Parts: sequence; C-alpha cells; structure tokens
Amino acid sequence: MKSELTNFHFIRAGMQKRRRRWLFVTAVLTISACLLCCLMLMLGNTIYPVNEVVRSLFGEQIQGVTFAVNTIRFPRMLAGVFAGFAFGVGGYIFQTMLRNPLANPNVLGITSGSSVAAVFCITVLHTSNAVVSVASVGAGLATVLVMYVLSKGKTFSIGRLILIGIGIQAMLDAFISYLLLLSAQQDISAALLWLSGSLNGVQLSELPPLMLTVLGLTPIAALYGKQLNMLELGEQTASSLGVATNKTRLVLIVWAVFLVAVATATTGPIAFISFLAGPIANRLVDIGASNIIPAGLVGANIVLIADLIGQFAFEYRFPVGVITGLIGAPYLIYLLIKMNRKGEL
Amino acid sequence: MTKSMNNFVVSGKKSDFHLPKNFKITLIVLVLLLIASIAASLFFGAKAVSMQDLIDGLFYSDRDSHGANIVRKRVSRTIFALLCGTALGVAGALMQAVTRNPLADPSILGVNTGASLFVVFGIAYLNITSANQYIWFALAGAALTAIFVFGIGSLGRGGATPIKLVLAGAATTAALSSLVTAIMIPSTYAMDQFRFWQIGSVGSGTWDNIMTFIPFLLVGLGIALLTAPALNALALGDEVASSLGVHPSSLRFGAAFGGVLLCGAATALAGPIGFIGLLATHVMRLILGPDLRFVIPMSALAGAIILTISDCIGRLLGSPGELEVGIVTAFIGAPILILLAKKSKVRSL
Repeated sequence: MKSELTNFHFIRAGMQKRRRRWLFVTAVLTISACLLCCLMLMLGNTIYPVNEVVRSLFGEQIQGVTFAVNTIRFPRMLAGVFAGFAFGVGGYIFQTMLRNPLANPNVLGITSGSSVAAVFCITVLHTSNAVVSVASVGAGLATVLVMYVLSKGKTFSIGRLILIGIGIQAMLDAFISYLLLLSAQQDISAALLWLSGSLNGVQLSELPPLMLTVLGLTPIAALYGKQLNMLELGEQTASSLGVATNKTRLVLIVWAVFLVAVATATTGPIAFISFLAGPIANRLVDIGASNIIPAGLVGANIVLIADLIGQFAFEYRFPVGVITGLIGAPYLIYLLIKMNRKGEL
Repeated sequence: MTKSMNNFVVSGKKSDFHLPKNFKITLIVLVLLLIASIAASLFFGAKAVSMQDLIDGLFYSDRDSHGANIVRKRVSRTIFALLCGTALGVAGALMQAVTRNPLADPSILGVNTGASLFVVFGIAYLNITSANQYIWFALAGAALTAIFVFGIGSLGRGGATPIKLVLAGAATTAALSSLVTAIMIPSTYAMDQFRFWQIGSVGSGTWDNIMTFIPFLLVGLGIALLTAPALNALALGDEVASSLGVHPSSLRFGAAFGGVLLCGAATALAGPIGFIGLLATHVMRLILGPDLRFVIPMSALAGAIILTISDCIGRLLGSPGELEVGIVTAFIGAPILILLAKKSKVRSL
C-alpha cells in the first residue's frame, strides 16, 4: 500500500515536472519568435527603431517607414510565422503518427502534390489566391490517398511508404517541369520564385487563407494531442487506452495536410521545416508530452531565423528555402547515419 | 537455382555458355525497336520533314534545303541520344550488380546531383566553359558522391539494403541540390550556363560532344563486359565469390569505377537524366533472367532505345520547343520504382 502511494507520488511528480518543462519551453519559444518578428520588422535596407515601427503599424503615416514596414516587412513576417508554424505542426503529426522521423510531408510527396496544383493554378488558370489554396489542399489530400492505396499491403512498411513517396515525387516534379515549359515567360518567373520557397513579395491580401487555417485548426491540438501520443505507442496499445484509432488518424492526417498544403500554396515549399521542427521540439521538451504546439513554434522560429540569415548574412539575398535546405540537409544525413548505425532502418 | 547459376558463373569454358530462353527473340525485338526509334528520332520533331528531305539529309550532303538541314541536325542528336542511353543503361546494370541492390540507379543514388554540383561549381568559380572541362568535373563529382552515398547506406546491420541506399541517395540529393541553388542564385552567369544543362537534354548532341564522349563510353563498356562474369559470381554472395576465385572488393571497385565513368560522362554532356538504368536493367532482367553477361549488353540496347524514344516524345509534346528528355524519363521511370517498392517483400526493404 505504501509503495503504491510512493509510486503514485513519483508518477505525479514526473508529470508535473514534464508539464512545467512544456510550459517553460513553449514560453521561451513564443518569446524568441516575438523577438525575431521585431527584428524582421526593424531590419532591412534601412533600420527603423521600434517606436517608429509600432507607430506605423498602428496607422500613423511616417515618411518611408509606413511603406517599408506595413507593405513589405509586415506581410513577410506574418507569412514566415504562420507558414513555419503550419509546416512544423504538419511534419510533427506525420512523424509521430508513422513513428519515424523520416516520414514527413516532403518525403511522402504531399508537398509536391500541392506544388503541382499551385503551379497549375498560377501558370495555366491564373486564379486567385483562395482558389490556389483550395486546389493545393485538394491535391495534397489526393496525394495522401494515392500513397495510402499504393502502400497498402498485407503489412505496413515505412520503407515501402518512403520508396513510393520518392517515386511519386519524381513524377510530380517532372510534371511541374512540363507545366513550366507550357507556360508563358512572365508566369515562369513567378512560378520559379514560388517553387524555391520564398517570403519575397508576399502580400497582405494573400495571407488570410493561411492565417485562418492555422488559427482555426490549432484547437484540434488540444483535443487530439493526447490521442496522437497514444497512437505512437502502437495500434493495439492505443485502442486499449480508448483511442478510436481510425477516426483519430483520419482527423490528424486531414488536419496536417490542410496545414502543409495551405502553407505551401502561400510561400511555396520551404525545404526541411516539416522535417526539422518535430525532432527539435521533442529534444527540447520530452517525448511523451504532446509537442504539437512546440513543434509549430520551432518551425516558426526556424523560418524567421533562416529568412533573416538569407536576407542579411550574405552579399546576395537568398530565398528562405535555400537557407533551410542548407541547414536541414546535413541534419538529414546525420540522422540517417545515426539510424543506420542503430539498425533502425 | 544455385545449380543453374553455377553453370554460368565464372564462365571460361564454352560449354557453359547457355543462351537464356528468350534471348534470340528479345534480341530481334530490340533491334527492330532500335531501328524504329532511330527512324522516329530523325523523322519527328518540332518541324515536320518530308521523306525527300530525309533522304536528302542522310545521303546527299550536297543538297541544301531547310528540311535536309534539320535532318542533319537530328542525326547528331540521335547518335548522341543512343550513346547516352547505352551508357546509362549499362551504368544502371553495373551499379545494381555492385550494390546487389535492385534500386541502384545513378539518379536515385544522387550521383547525378554530385556531378551537377561539381559542374556548377566549376562554372561559377573556375570559369570552365567547354564540354571537355565539364566532363572531368562531372566525373569527380559523380565518383565522390557514389562513395559517400554507398558509405552512408552500408553503415550498420545488414549492409547496403535497398531502402538504406535509396534514403542515403535522396538525402544526399537534397543536400547537394540546395548547395547547387546557393551557388547558382547569386551568379547570373552561372545560372544562364547551368540552366540549359540542369535538366537532362540531348539537344547538346553535337559532333564535338559525341567525340568527347566516345572514349569514356568505350572504356566503360569494356569494363562492364570484362567484369560481367565475375559479377555473376558476386551475386551469390561474397564467400561463394571468393571461393570461385573472385576478389570481391577489387571487383566491386572496378565495376563501380566503370559505372561512375559511364554515368558521369553522360551526365557531363547531357545533364542529369534519371531512371534509364533502373528501367532498362529491370525489364531485361525480367525477360532474360539474372545472367549479367546477357543483361548488360541488352540493357545497353534497351537504354539506347528508351532514351531515344523518350527524346522523340519530349520533342513532340514540347513542340514548338522541346520537353527535355530528363523530364520524360522521370515520368516513365518513376512508376517502375513505385512498382518495385510495391512488389518487393518487406523484409528485403
């Protein structure tokens, strides 16, 4: 009896410790994202002090400042924050659900699927941004469906899923090249800029779909975060813990695809965010906590940092996707080496 | 299985030389397809030519008409496509044999991207301009990438399993292509030079390029044909191969060198073209069985046919411009990858 009681206290103490750690990490990530946002607004060809930035954001007309901050830097910052959050959460959900850090929307071809739809809308149909978002969500979901049908066998294998993903990606990328070939010269440059994953030239009017998706769907994290963690324990354990596994999986997949596809439609595929954010969040908090929100915050932080580096660290301004690619790819190789050594593949 | 394999392993004696069951009919079909693809490649394109133009262009070098000149351009392009296809088909067969891995293909293993990175580096910083220079950079890049990818892929238990190799290749491709972008974006000059090269196209098929290519092709093919019997032994496992008098590691090195030479040279001149090796070798192995002494030469033939036909398709679809052949082959080849992934057992992944 006594030992049970100590056990109970022990577990509770552990829970509280993890809870505190989660709160602490989330707070730190939020603060650092806010600081980075300030930097995004202040820095540029001319550096403006905080008070001028704030005044111009609240509608005061200041010569020079208003245009640079309100029209260029503010939408850029918002796009970075929300796209980073969306990619981070989407990646984390897939990685956790499939129990493999390599399984992310990029590898599974979802990003390529959304990209095809977006390029088609941009170059052939010349549609509005809202339509681009809807089309990329549709294409993302269709890609998931195709992946599911193709990878369904007697037994599930993450290896097979990844191989099929690589094949689908190759086909979709070829199709994008074909679309680019068909399209007019002035559309090509727009499509190319978009394809490299860039916050350049994002306009305020393009942002509502992304912001609404992220803000509107984030409460799902509170409802399904715990279930996601139980899914990670395996199908049987999860259902014996009372998780309706199929329903949960469906909700989570649709949610993740929505986030990734809408973000892709707005900024283009920013490389490796969906891959990096989850593992970093897990490292910062503990595995076992629901790290959906931290993963999103990590994603936002990475995008903002990478965009600042891309804008100011070199003589030439690089799009954010190039910087995240340079950061993310070596990490991917490191992860592979580690997994191979342990024999996890 | 083992018994019949022993028959063709390390064949010195003539009596061991059994033709695979479907060999003759396959050879006939392939030769017919080859002729058809050559004819199609000369005849079809952005601009339609008449039969008279075709005959003029091919046989009467003194007759000067617009159509005849187009045909003459297409001749060098077609020859170049055939040579590249041959090289890529054989490179795929060699790499699959060396890694004992059905998914090995220069594009999947990232070797093409390695070649791309070195070429773009050379263009941007070392001012290389001609195909003669590209080829050495591409070869160095291809070789280093092959070593790197195979090194990562074969870490840990079980050696280089297909999934590990493919993932290592995909990761390396991602890493190298972001480097390529980073080098290319600030330099408009490099971007201009490189853009034409980046998507594989045989539009660069000039006589000069063909002449540059031929020595590499011959050496690579020679290596492939010489190592084929020993590679058959390797397919039975390292121990069996050693007991049959084959030195596994030096054989691997030699054959891999041949593969890198072939795909590196093809990539240097035509740009990265994917999936030819995967496609050609798999189809041939499906028809002919595992004996590399037949699979390698027939993959060469099949690779040439696939590339030439893909180029025709690209020219027809992309008219009035062209759809680069690399795009077409990806579209045809990727489903094969998916099919292979679907069919293979979970264990072997």
